[in-house]
Amino acid sequence: MDWITTVDHKKIAILYLWAGGIFFGIGGLEAILIRIQLIKPMNTFLDAQTFNELITMHGTTMIFLGVMPVIFALMNAVIPLQIGARDVAFPFLNALGFWTFLFGGILLNLSWIMGGAPDAGWTAYTPLSSSSYSTTHGVDFYTIGLQIAGLGTLIGGINFLATIITMRAPGMSFMRMPMFAWATFITSAIILFAFPAVTVGLVLLTFDRILGANFFETSGGGNPVLWQHIFWIFGHPEVYILILPAFGIISEVIPTFSRKRLFGYSSMVFATILIAFLGFMVWAHHMFTTGLGPVANALFSVSTMLIAVPTGIKIFNWLFTMWGGQVRFTTPNLFAVGFIPTFTMGGVTGVMLASAPADFQFHDTYFVVAHFHYVIVGGLVLGLFAGLHYWWPKMFGRMLSEHLGKWTFWTFIIGFHMTFFVQHFLGLMGMQRRVFTYLPNQQFDLLNLISTIGAGLMGVGMLFFLANVFITSRKPADAADDPWEDGRTLEWTISSPPPEYNFKQTPLVRGLDAFWKEKTAGHKGMTPSEPVGSIHMPSATVHPFLMSVGIFIAGLGFMFSRDDFGNSFMSFLFNNYIVTALGLLITFGSMLMRSLFDDHGWHIEPEELEGR
Amino acid sequence: MTTAHAEASKGTLPHEPEKATAEGRNKVLAFWLFLGGEAVLFGTLFATFLALRNQTNDGPSANELFHLPLVAAATFLLLVSSLTSVFAIQAMHRNQPALLRNWLLVTVVLGAAFLGLEIYEFSEYIRHEKFGMTTSAFSSAFYTLVGFHGAHVAFGIVWIAVLIGQLSYKGLTVVTAPKIYVSAMYWHFIDVVWVFIFTVVYLLGKVG
Ligand code: HEM
Ligand SMILES: [Cu+2]
Repeated sequence: MDWITTVDHKKIAILYLWAGGIFFGIGGLEAILIRIQLIKPMNTFLDAQTFNELITMHGTTMIFLGVMPVIFALMNAVIPLQIGARDVAFPFLNALGFWTFLFGGILLNLSWIMGGAPDAGWTAYTPLSSSSYSTTHGVDFYTIGLQIAGLGTLIGGINFLATIITMRAPGMSFMRMPMFAWATFITSAIILFAFPAVTVGLVLLTFDRILGANFFETSGGGNPVLWQHIFWIFGHPEVYILILPAFGIISEVIPTFSRKRLFGYSSMVFATILIAFLGFMVWAHHMFTTGLGPVANALFSVSTMLIAVPTGIKIFNWLFTMWGGQVRFTTPNLFAVGFIPTFTMGGVTGVMLASAPADFQFHDTYFVVAHFHYVIVGGLVLGLFAGLHYWWPKMFGRMLSEHLGKWTFWTFIIGFHMTFFVQHFLGLMGMQRRVFTYLPNQQFDLLNLISTIGAGLMGVGMLFFLANVFITSRKPADAADDPWEDGRTLEWTISSPPPEYNFKQTPLVRGLDAFWKEKTAGHKGMTPSEPVGSIHMPSATVHPFLMSVGIFIAGLGFMFSRDDFGNSFMSFLFNNYIVTALGLLITFGSMLMRSLFDDHGWHIEPEELEGR
Repeated sequence: MTTAHAEASKGTLPHEPEKATAEGRNKVLAFWLFLGGEAVLFGTLFATFLALRNQTNDGPSANELFHLPLVAAATFLLLVSSLTSVFAIQAMHRNQPALLRNWLLVTVVLGAAFLGLEIYEFSEYIRHEKFGMTTSAFSSAFYTLVGFHGAHVAFGIVWIAVLIGQLSYKGLTVVTAPKIYVSAMYWHFIDVVWVFIFTVVYLLGKVG
């Protein structure tokens, strides 16, 4: 119950981590099944339909329900601490964002047991995703589930923007803000401007499928390529929503374990902003082969390649940070250092793909699959591992085992390169993506076998991580405030895990790397910016949960509104939108309750603070 | 927060009560951000509409369909309602809760009248012109864009009505003021969107 009603950002972080972890596990199992199917030519392990469902759900689950929530988990756990705040700007919305994400994710995954998962690829290209080609409810689960989950992301994005703009501790100017906070800020801005586009896209597709609209139906005058534009004008920025937080994490971990300040801090900030800006200009590089014409292709090709410039700046800054530093290869730093070359390789294949003429060769082959797994897994997932190992003691008060951590790192990264490096060559040799099997004697056999073994090894790496988490959770929670001893930012100045009010007194920030600055000046901790006083706390509430349940019910109701259940009562309920209305009633009802009964929260008094 | 509370209960509300508390300021800021997202949302719908507006699939075209006088009347109602919501906020800043409530009521009534005209318009199209959601890509784009706006108006009406209710039993305080202010921002936003709809959908449909 405590967990259902919580509005504390640290607990919400743990909820995100749990939910994201479980979805990540589901997505991982899907990946293993895909790789087993492709282990040898003409395999009959899976049929084509199941394979289509698996690749669709794997991509969708991993991106929207696996890595995004883990990013949000780290942001929630760390951002208020890093900027010296007691909470996010809107704790209620924070909880709401989590619950809508979770119920959207559950809805999407219910498709497995309710008559077929979506099968049109994670990009749901029309007309494949239209009701004429995808006849189960699968794509409806996709459109409505993602819609609900996307709502949560948008809410989270707005919340972080407001938090970072208004809740920074005294003295923390924007140019003194830690890089992870910067990354969160820019990522949230991208979310704000990219997610509404996919919201619209999903609505249009839902209307096509459920209300018989004609947006993407050529027979009614619609245009399938329109879907691609809408999808990618969201979808390309989305890849930066994924990678910028990883950049932020790497920029925290590397300086800490090099005992040096981040090289080129301000160029890092401007590179981040530039990447976000350019990210919105390049969406059509996913559509070179749809026939946009040479002029459009050339423009999108050049603008895409431009992104390599700020990205390169970042890579060199990390290397210069380590240069001459006292580098310690702890588990978080191993992941961070492993990130650099791996991500760079993904960037290089990206630039190759950005060349429109070359893309006519690469497009829809395993070369693309290799590219985006290098950037997403080799970039983001390694970054998340670095961040999780780094902040685990802050989140849970327990240090993960370094020993097991190193096993995780080595099995995972070796498995990763085995899986995806060879896919570059498979792609160059012409193996198509999204096809459930291949003929023998095309020199695909051995490389596919290697790839599948690599995937298994990555799975083993995950098991090491899970074992580490499990073993650690049984140890006493005795991590020091600054367990890595070289912490530079504010989160390391308070206890691990932090008290629910975070800072007894809001700290005064006197420079970049605020804590490090005090340490080098010989101070033990931060100078407070206020006397000890009564702290205002928001109260727990069940409304975010209820509102999300309502949306979930409404979504299910709408999805089945055209079905004949063979049971007159059920058909009556659904066909007259009664279920939908009921769901919306729950949602708007709790919104109304929330609005009518103001909740002024409660206070923690100074005596109580000192009593500890 | 506590001092502001005390002030409000004494009846001496600060000049801009919506910005008197950190919470209020956060709310206003976040709402600006939210409107940024809404702008992208409507931008995408407009882009879709523009891409599909000539795809009539043998169904009625914009030129055959639209009656500008009706739309102009609706536009007039909505624009005036934006003005009355400005009066409401001015009354709030002068700490005149009764006047504030009355202007909000006028705003809601005008909004409802607008919505009534829109529902009438849609039903005419469906009944007499056989122009429904499924008729053509143009019809789908039309109903989705204009309907989305209509849904926003409907939501705004309910929202402001709830706030009027709140005002009458909680009074004008530093807690209710930001809510009212934000709802007025929302109302202006949907008004601005309507100006674009009037131009891009109706005027362009008649002449373009
Ligand atoms: C220097 C940076 C990058 C460049 C120049 C680049 C370029 C490209 C191009 C041109 C494609 C389209 C290939 C095709 O379909 O034929 C592509 C696909 C893709 N990229 Fe990148 N990329 C870059 C970085 C990233 C990053 C950082 C991510 C994610 C974190 C990413 C994720 C993806 C994904 C998911 C796809 C495949 C989408 C699909 O068709 O399913 N890319 N990239
Ligand atoms: Cu892209």
